[in-house]
Amino acid sequence: MKAATFTKVLTAPVILLAGCTLSYSAGNFNLLDRYIELIVMYIGINLILTLSLNLVNGYMGEFSVGHAGFMAIGAYTSSILTVTVFSLSMGAWIFPLAVIAGGLLSAMAGLIVSIPSFKTRGDYLAIVTLAFNMIVKSIIENVDFLGGPRGYLGIAKLTSLMWVFFFSFMALWVIRNFVYSNYGRGMVSIREDETAALLMGVDTKKVKILTFMLSSFFAGVAGALYAHLLQFISPKSFDIIKSTEILIMVYLGGIGSIAGSVLGATVYTILIELLRPMGIWRMVIMPLVLVLLMIFRPKGITGLREFKWFIPAAEKKL
Amino acid sequence: MSYLVQQLLNMLQLGSLYALIAIGYTMVYGVLSLINFAHGDLFMLGAFLFFIVITLLKLPFIPALIITTALSACMGVLTERLAYRPLRNAPKMSAIITALGVGVFLENFTLALSPYPQHIPETVTNRAWLIGNVTMSSIQAMIIAVSVTLMLILDFIVKKTRFGMAIRAISWDRVSVPLMGIPVNRIISQTFALGAGLGGAAGVMYSSAYPVIDPYMGIMVGWKAFISAVVGGIGNVRGAMLGGYILGTVEIAVTMFLPSTYRDIVAFTLLLILLIFRPHGILGVPRSVKL
Repeated sequence: MKAATFTKVLTAPVILLAGCTLSYSAGNFNLLDRYIELIVMYIGINLILTLSLNLVNGYMGEFSVGHAGFMAIGAYTSSILTVTVFSLSMGAWIFPLAVIAGGLLSAMAGLIVSIPSFKTRGDYLAIVTLAFNMIVKSIIENVDFLGGPRGYLGIAKLTSLMWVFFFSFMALWVIRNFVYSNYGRGMVSIREDETAALLMGVDTKKVKILTFMLSSFFAGVAGALYAHLLQFISPKSFDIIKSTEILIMVYLGGIGSIAGSVLGATVYTILIELLRPMGIWRMVIMPLVLVLLMIFRPKGITGLREFKWFIPAAEKKL
Repeated sequence: MSYLVQQLLNMLQLGSLYALIAIGYTMVYGVLSLINFAHGDLFMLGAFLFFIVITLLKLPFIPALIITTALSACMGVLTERLAYRPLRNAPKMSAIITALGVGVFLENFTLALSPYPQHIPETVTNRAWLIGNVTMSSIQAMIIAVSVTLMLILDFIVKKTRFGMAIRAISWDRVSVPLMGIPVNRIISQTFALGAGLGGAAGVMYSSAYPVIDPYMGIMVGWKAFISAVVGGIGNVRGAMLGGYILGTVEIAVTMFLPSTYRDIVAFTLLLILLIFRPHGILGVPRSVKL
């Protein structure tokens, strides 16, 4: 193996290890201000959500508006696992397993939602995902075991800076590699022209299922992290308003771009925090910013362009 | 038997409201192929404008209804001018996101001005008539009568007038319509005015029947009206009316047999099942895509 390839292969694990160590020590030895730490964790969770929605909306060109539904499934699954099934005495290492379990169940839901997308496209798919979000919310409201409309209590605070870093890095890594894989190219070809993609031999069904499942998996992971950070979840936290927020982050940053997702999640979270002293008026200013942005930059800040660092070396030569 | 007739009246009441709002969605979709996500919030704005008109100006119901409808129509034109017209040639997604943004803006702007739910004073003296064993309140009769009249007028406008013909022409083929000398921008503005006016009128009637209004009331009703528009076949005005009544019927029927909290689950599940069998809605026609 040549030295250059060797370093390239090792880059991601080294960053992951270094980042985890750094965030672990920052979280455990109080290197960061508590407030800033919280904001960083929010940015990480929003980053996972934005990246995963960008897969479906930005790269595949479908219009999914029910992302909070997947988040809810991940959040409730992992919370039930950490509260009732496993007890804390079994150790904190159970937490990542619960998070991944939440992601997996959410991916199953993604599989179900992907089926109508074979026949319907565009606005009709928007309705399917919207209805999915509302059905998930209504089911949670009606199941007493999940706390109903009162919400689910007693979740331990297990989300730490390290786990947020770990999962957002994994999301970034996996989604970046997926986008530049064969399936990822198929996904982009569906966005450009589905019929043409089919004629060129892209297995559009398979690509759609995979994309939806990957996207909902990470949404579930983000939901699980969110639940264990806030320690309280209710059906209201996963309604259509939450979905709108994720959509705003995606389109603020830029569609079809990983750099855009990072930028969108970071800018939105920080902007919302900076405007907090304005009270309710910040939620008036935020959509105004969005509308102005859409008028002057219709594809978002970095729409359909990519930061060099996120493009694999083999792609750069093309 | 009388129980059934009673429920039928409730279905008509709810269905009329959904149908009125759904028409706004479907008309805007027809001319712009844009889902106007802010439409439910125009409905909410209608309810609040009605509140202002009857508490500050102390007007009786019918003038208040007319003024509110006119003001809502102006709001519709305003949002179209400021938010959607600059994006006429932009990618479709950015227009949809703008619509979402406008919706969030309207909700929170209203919330900032009126943080607490408002109670609408009674404007129509609520009498109950007993016909056989069926009671019919005057508000219920008013809602059904006004909305059916408005819908008949609209249907006449769309099917018989030159303006309606222009709307149908734009929804059929937006590219060659300007070549025929049809002023596209003006027609689109007028369509927004019509749709938003109907939404505002629905807001007035909704707030007379359920007199507590809050800035978020438009979200759920708006989405349900949107679903009605889709069920009927989006872009089709008669389909939107039909869809509204179907959704109203389903919702009331569910509450007849199940606890009312199951209403949304059943309604949305039925919608999904329907979309599997008729992906373009009941009256919608699938458009072939040229390769």
